[in-house]
Amino acid sequence: MIAIVDYKMGNLRSVENALHRLGAEWQLTADPQALRSADRVLLPGVGHCGEAMAHLRERGLTEVIRTLRRPVLGICVGLQAMCRHSEEGDVDCLNIFDAHVKRFPVAEDLKVPHMGWNTLGNLESKLLKDIPSGSYVYFVHSYYATLCPDTAATTRYGDVMFSSVLKYENFYGTQFHPEKSGDVGERILANFLSL
Amino acid sequence: MTRMLAKRIIPCLDVKDGRTVKGVNFVNLTDVGDPVELGAFYAAEGADELVYLDISASREARHTFTRLVERIADRINIPFTVGGGISTIEDASRLLDAGADKITINSAAVAQPELISEIAARYGSQFVVVAIDARFTPDDGIWHVTTHGGSRMSERELFSWARESQERGAGEIMFTSMNHDGTRSGYPCEAFSRLSAELSIPIIASGGAGSVKDIAEVLTKGRADAALAASIFHYGEISIGELKRQLAADGIPVRLIDRGIER
Repeated sequence: MIAIVDYKMGNLRSVENALHRLGAEWQLTADPQALRSADRVLLPGVGHCGEAMAHLRERGLTEVIRTLRRPVLGICVGLQAMCRHSEEGDVDCLNIFDAHVKRFPVAEDLKVPHMGWNTLGNLESKLLKDIPSGSYVYFVHSYYATLCPDTAATTRYGDVMFSSVLKYENFYGTQFHPEKSGDVGERILANFLSL
Repeated sequence: MTRMLAKRIIPCLDVKDGRTVKGVNFVNLTDVGDPVELGAFYAAEGADELVYLDISASREARHTFTRLVERIADRINIPFTVGGGISTIEDASRLLDAGADKITINSAAVAQPELISEIAARYGSQFVVVAIDARFTPDDGIWHVTTHGGSRMSERELFSWARESQERGAGEIMFTSMNHDGTRSGYPCEAFSRLSAELSIPIIASGGAGSVKDIAEVLTKGRADAALAASIFHYGEISIGELKRQLAADGIPVRLIDRGIER
């Protein structure tokens, strides 16, 4: 059973639909025991990283998530919440990935949010098995995770090169939305399920 | 290879009483009238997003459309936008709950601009696309914003309305020139270029595409971030895959999926 962390951070329906297409079974839950006993845990999130951390703390989930032993996948703000610190709300995060979350700089011809299809490079993770370098995935975000030893794929936007995939032990994160990234995204989710 | 944000190609499907209105029969597509089947076909061809516009007149059709949005969300694995007759935050909530990634608001936003702010505050700017239909009148040299499918002139002017929409929280602007819509004579690239320069959110060019050259121009000279088209795809004149290959050959960054993975 896959547990999707239900912590009031955006609509979970598209993640559920993607799991449904893959024939997986899941439950939405914020129950620590259910998360500890799940085979896989998904931490999605659309919105504000500071709020995401507040919602995780309210539900007593920060330590629960940090100590999970089964594969965990953070998506978008879920990935950001797994980093060290975020400029969005100036908040300390779960400190799983060795990255900081920063805002894209204001620059001419660089629209923020970074919204649309961009490419993955420097891929190195089993999560990205069979995904060719240069594959396009779908992003919507104004903040990004810096490059760090846990970087498992990079993406460039303007002059910024950031971590589009992070990996540390059993923890994974994608800044993009695999559930909206066509067949490439579907493969990445399938890879996560078969890790 | 270039590594940058791709220009998006977005087919638009008009839906009436749960069925797609325009379209010819494509090979490998059994039911061109089924919006889900047609959307899946376009997605497989390389569409970057889909837009579904409900053009039904009746109130009952809303429920049909909502059920349809649920089916689309279940099947389609790329982002999709829905629009047509959204006039309250409840309409927006209903479509979000059904699984839409974005909504477009048009006439209702002109009538009550605070609708943009309310929806953006509740669901985020990424959910709100403001569609603007404007008509250029050479007499005064002004792009006048129209509503109700171009049939009514409003008091507003394109550029100031687009800026206000952005300030109120719109995540994208979809601009249709009523002088060009349906004419297949290309886009007003100067107006698009000015919009792009004055705004910091993405601009979607809609209405007027008659050829690959038109689309290439609005994405380069017009600096649009995305091009939306209907008839050029529905009548099978050019496939999305072929269009994107030609755009790529012109040096325009597009997402080609034939170098992607096998299913």
